[in-house]
Amino acid sequence: MRLERYAWRRLVDRAVRAGCVLSMGLALLPLCSVLYYVFSRGVGGLDLAFFSELPKPVGEPGGGMAPAITGTLKLVGLSCLFAIPPGVLAGVYLSERGETRFGRVARFAADVLSGVPSITVGLFVYAVVVTTMKHFSAFAGGIALAVLMLPTIARSTEELLKLVPEALREAALGLGVPHWRATIRVVLRTAAPGIAVGVMLAVARAAGETAPLLFTAFNNRFAAESLFEPTASLPVSIYTYALSPYEDWHRQAWSAALVLLLVVLLLNVSARLLVRHRVGGR
Amino acid sequence: MNAEDARALPKLQTLGLCAFFGESQVLGGIDLEIAEHRVTAVIGPSGCGKSTFVRCLNRMHEVVPHARVSGQVLLESQDIYARDVDPVRVRRRVGMVFQKANPFPTLSIRDNVFAGLRLNGIQIDDPDTLLEQSLRRVALWDEVKDHLGRAGTSLSGGQQQRLCIARSLALEPEVLLMDEPCSALDPIATARVEELIHELRQSYTIVIVTHNMQQAARVADFTAFFYLGKLVEYGRTDVIFTRPKERRTEDYITGRFG
Amino acid sequence: MASSGRTVGGAASLLRARSKLLARLGSERNWADFLFRRVTWLCALLVVTTLGSIALTMAIASLPAFRELGAGFVFGTVWDPARRIFGALPFVYGTVVSSLLALLLSVPVSLGIAIYLSELAPDWLRNVLGFLVELLAAVPSVVYGLWGIFVLSPWLRDSIQPLLSDWFGFLPAFSGPAHGFGMLAGGVVLAIMITPTIASVGREVLRAVPLSLREAALALGATRWESVRIAVLPLARSGLIGATLLGLGRALGETMAITLVIGNRAEISASLFAPGYTMASVLANEFSEATGELHLAALAEIGLLLFVVTVLLNLLARVLVFRVAAGSARGRP
Ligand SMILES: Nc1ncnc2c1ncn2[C@@H]1O[C@H](COP(=O)(O)OP(=O)(O)OP(=O)(O)O)[C@@H](O)[C@H]1O
Ligand SMILES: [Mg+2]
Repeated sequence: MRLERYAWRRLVDRAVRAGCVLSMGLALLPLCSVLYYVFSRGVGGLDLAFFSELPKPVGEPGGGMAPAITGTLKLVGLSCLFAIPPGVLAGVYLSERGETRFGRVARFAADVLSGVPSITVGLFVYAVVVTTMKHFSAFAGGIALAVLMLPTIARSTEELLKLVPEALREAALGLGVPHWRATIRVVLRTAAPGIAVGVMLAVARAAGETAPLLFTAFNNRFAAESLFEPTASLPVSIYTYALSPYEDWHRQAWSAALVLLLVVLLLNVSARLLVRHRVGGR
Repeated sequence: MNAEDARALPKLQTLGLCAFFGESQVLGGIDLEIAEHRVTAVIGPSGCGKSTFVRCLNRMHEVVPHARVSGQVLLESQDIYARDVDPVRVRRRVGMVFQKANPFPTLSIRDNVFAGLRLNGIQIDDPDTLLEQSLRRVALWDEVKDHLGRAGTSLSGGQQQRLCIARSLALEPEVLLMDEPCSALDPIATARVEELIHELRQSYTIVIVTHNMQQAARVADFTAFFYLGKLVEYGRTDVIFTRPKERRTEDYITGRFG
Repeated sequence: MASSGRTVGGAASLLRARSKLLARLGSERNWADFLFRRVTWLCALLVVTTLGSIALTMAIASLPAFRELGAGFVFGTVWDPARRIFGALPFVYGTVVSSLLALLLSVPVSLGIAIYLSELAPDWLRNVLGFLVELLAAVPSVVYGLWGIFVLSPWLRDSIQPLLSDWFGFLPAFSGPAHGFGMLAGGVVLAIMITPTIASVGREVLRAVPLSLREAALALGATRWESVRIAVLPLARSGLIGATLLGLGRALGETMAITLVIGNRAEISASLFAPGYTMASVLANEFSEATGELHLAALAEIGLLLFVVTVLLNLLARVLVFRVAAGSARGRP
């Protein structure tokens, strides 16, 4: 009787383990499928024309995605410019003054802001930036992506700065170093690899965002000449090409998805390696 | 207080110095004169406020959130807590060595020595000479001269502590505060640091917190005994150790303390 | 001045001389620190004001819709901008149903993953699998959408939907013609996208439960699963609910992938095979070509509704997750 009971318990244990492994497999299945299709359907379209030519007029086969590629670079560059400095400094504030009343409010706001749907951010930037400037632009798109990156960067910076031993800060202050210089050159420097990882992950996420760009950067069949014109981007191009009825555009959408995915994966993998390297180095 | 020599030329003087962490007061009205070019030891049981006291002397106390100070600390008769005083200036003139050695982990041994100067934006005219002199002064040169590029944290605990002393000295402070600099060191390393203190005494004013009575007796000209946030007794070291006036001092020194 | 220390010469004694010259302890450099503190404060303020202005902007933009359409807006079932009829219910319905469907599909799998990664997986596998789960979260939404159109929907149409209607065709949910596109496809894509969120937050929550509790159960002769069930899950429960809510928040706000596969028709249908529409999708599709002020305001109100709901969900989720983490911090020696 007793043994039977134990056998039953062991069976349940095994079943649960099997169920967990199965879940793991179920989740990895779509990942593999996505990777497989994006690679197999996208790799054929990656020729010189894809990277260097303008898109052809609607319906005509051929052409490339040069404006979307440069556009995404511009958008990501702008959003880094807008989000990284204030994000990191806000993280500094949260780590130093996070327990004041305003510090708590700011942390709370960052958490809430990171949960705001990206399409809402697009609407917001449209209402504030696009309507005042009267046209879509890379500038507006960069702001929209920056709003998405800001809270992530601030919070991850805060967490990493909290890991820097207080003794280091005191060592610098004890040498008569001004607070700001001790913070930048000792505390931030020490936490820099970790902060870089946080920033890379935020950038990777922003680079693939589509929704906030629909009403901010919009789209452009030609290469935008300035940062104040409508600007194409890879995600928006994938979206419009995927919805089109043309076989050739579908092919290009897959190629664009491959490029985007490679960039995002590269950022993620290198962030991961950076973490591993740092942990291993200790 | 019968510190005759101290009267002559007090480098540092505290007047009614009180320190707080939030609401709790940990130092109550300390009046103390610290003589120039002398070594002053601060002794007392754990938690009596020794660290807090020395941290008040170069405005490091206020670095802790919610920490607060009242009273005066005069550095050559200027109040370092006066309103227009920049704490950064104070810390340049009053250097500090911490209980636990804290070299900058991302910097090499060489750069750790220069860290104070670099971080303060001071040009170093002859780095090699300065490096050698600084490290020789703390008797570290021969031990590390072949691998100056290694991380500061790769050294042993005693070497790290001497590196930290060298780092402070490179800035040429006038006063050096040492908070239990030997508590993590073995007897040999401790002896080195004590020798060093003996030499530095010629050119610096030194305040050293220690738990080790013998150490206080060996290195200090004056000794202050703290108990429960109060200064109980202060005077020449030989007097404190041989003819203490206060019962509590005697009990502590002879180890009869609870 | 006879000591070895004093013979340092040149640079150092000059330095001392200089600091003596500046012996006045004046506040020449204080302004830099002051400025730095101010700047970091401003950056923190920027986060707060950004959030505040999003709320404010959305509220102001939707004001005309509030005024003209009133509360009936949320319950109207017809959305016809050409005739100036704006009822948001089809979008609310589509958002709610697709998100719930996603939760239904995702929660068991995600919890399985969370338990596997925190309790059962061998150490060497843990990191690799954890990383793969993170990658699942890293794939951009629009790529899932592309995959959803060309891979997932055809597969659902050809393999899954016929099976479902054969077996469960008597239920309204699984009746009607199978296009591939529609609520089911939307739910499946969302499920894939929120699984990494729920799984990784869930894993952190489980990890926050002190090891000693598990060991106590194991020492009493419990199997691995029993130790999890007895010692870990009860403590982690509210945190796991929080993880689920975070996933739900993500599902509600998700836009691109679902817009590409849900079919985008503003109808309320009991069948999961039928096309639907979500709040986020209608914003994506109509906002840049909105006709007239009322249309814009109605869309803005949908945006506001989405904003408020996701913010509330996130808050609740964070409170729940935080409580587990804080509780375990207290429980630790
Ligand atoms: N950060 C802090 N917050 C609140 N109270 C503190 C803090 N640091 C120290 N204290 C309190 O202040 C008192 C004095 O502490 P201090 O570190 O100066 O003692 P100490 O004499 O240096 O002790 P030890 O010999 O153990 O180093 C103690 O009672 C301690 O509890
Ligand atoms: Mg102490």
